[in-house]
Amino acid sequence: MHRTSIMAAVLAVGVAFPALATPVEDTLVIESDDGPVEIVTQTTAPAHLQGALETIYSGWLFRNDETRDLERDDFDNPGMVFVDRGRDTWNAEIGAKGESCASCHGGPESLKGLRAVLPRVDEKTGALMTMENYIDTCLTERMGLESWGWTSTNMSDMLALISMQSRGMPVNVAIDGAAAPYWEQGKEIYYTRFGQLEMACANCHEQYYGHMIRADHLSQGQINGFPVYRLKDSALLSAQKRFVGCVRDTRAETFKPNSPEFKALELYVASRGNGLSVEGVSVRH
Amino acid sequence: MTRQLALAVAVALAAASPAMSETSPNDVQFDGGAVAQSLTGVPGDPTAGVKVMTTRALGNCVACHLVSALPDVPFPGDIGPALDGAASRYSEAQLRGIITNSKHTFEGSFMPAFYKTEGYIRPGDAYTGKGAAEPLPPILSAQQIEDVLAYVMTLTDE
Ligand code: HEC
Ligand code: HEC
Repeated sequence: MHRTSIMAAVLAVGVAFPALATPVEDTLVIESDDGPVEIVTQTTAPAHLQGALETIYSGWLFRNDETRDLERDDFDNPGMVFVDRGRDTWNAEIGAKGESCASCHGGPESLKGLRAVLPRVDEKTGALMTMENYIDTCLTERMGLESWGWTSTNMSDMLALISMQSRGMPVNVAIDGAAAPYWEQGKEIYYTRFGQLEMACANCHEQYYGHMIRADHLSQGQINGFPVYRLKDSALLSAQKRFVGCVRDTRAETFKPNSPEFKALELYVASRGNGLSVEGVSVRH
Repeated sequence: MTRQLALAVAVALAAASPAMSETSPNDVQFDGGAVAQSLTGVPGDPTAGVKVMTTRALGNCVACHLVSALPDVPFPGDIGPALDGAASRYSEAQLRGIITNSKHTFEGSFMPAFYKTEGYIRPGDAYTGKGAAEPLPPILSAQQIEDVLAYVMTLTDE
């Protein structure tokens, strides 16, 4: 007992990346209306993570059997309700002049691939854009509508619908060129120890993923699965809403969704998942 | 005055006017991570210590540490080493130092500093997500540190 405890202490102090990382061994093939979709939940880490992580894992691999099963079949996935509602909104003639999303874009499948590369710096405007930013721009500048805000049902539904179009595609967020300064800013935030608990994203999701923090099995905090249907809240959660919760849990003052800080952080965290599949709408506990 | 009475008076005084005998967070003297002097002068209560260690909004030590002697704790974490036998590995002063601010013992530790009030990045008002001005109240009071210490001191290898 004594020896093992000291060993454990020495290990914890001496080894930056604990060997004790325990995602489950499992593979994800989602049964959908269009047939089975294979999801990459585990792959070699992108080059920019060299020295930090060797393998990246979807948060799906850290959830229990029941939660994982809910994502295997769209019939069981509670997030699909949001997708269906999003489709209705997509087709609704809600614009000031009776426009719908469909009247400009055609079917939602025209946005296939978009989720996989966001956030990105928009070529025309030079602005850093999340999915919410694109949706908001269409609403307010093209359809003459009030903003839906970042936490509304309409916004959740639309995020779900558009993300679904890229399901199974590898996350491939650009980190160079115009994105580089945002990526650097996001990286700095990721490694900053915030709040009275002095904890960084990296402490929980890079240093100690695979460990238990009380009842929670720590994942790598990847966002390839977002938006996620969270069973605990019975609600759909965007990446930045999840960030709010994690920062609050460090006894810190959080940043707001759509703040420059969280947009940069979303870009950086997304890039840590380059190579994992977009899950469309995932299920977490 | 009998000794007992003197003690009772001292305890009453300490409770009534904590500032008189408590070491404030900024005045704690670390010696290579160890803190020799009691933060309050009042002996810790191990039962109260267990409460602090297992309560989420207080020490929540079990979020990260297994304590085999506390079998009723559901889901202890495994981020830090098990605390079993900690009092055989460390002196009382070393343990007081670790519980007060472990970063003096383990550089860059993930373990929070429980008796510290300033020097934070974006300090918040507990778990509300709202900002708060420093100095923050320490996560644990001086007496709660002594209570936790009193319990951890019972964790020896027999
Ligand atoms: C005190 C520990 C802690 C810190 C610090 C922390 N998180 Fe988390 N995070 C958790 C826990 C616990 C969960 C839920 C279990 C899991 O998926 O890891 C979680 C979940 C997540 C998820 C959801 C993953 C999924 O697949 O559903 C994301 C994304 C995430 N965190 C990102 C972040 C980011 C970004 C930061 C820093 C701004 C951060 N976290 C800081 C503890 C933490
Ligand atoms: C968020 C995680 C976390 C919390 C909460 C936490 N600790 Fe720790 N603790 C650690 C880690 C990690 C270590 C190992 C040292 C290191 O690697 O920094 C440690 C080390 C220790 C040690 C030395 C153990 C040894 O055998 O070397 C003691 C004693 C200790 N902690 C006591 C406590 C007490 C008492 C509390 C609550 C009042 C507490 N810890 C809360 C993470 C934590």
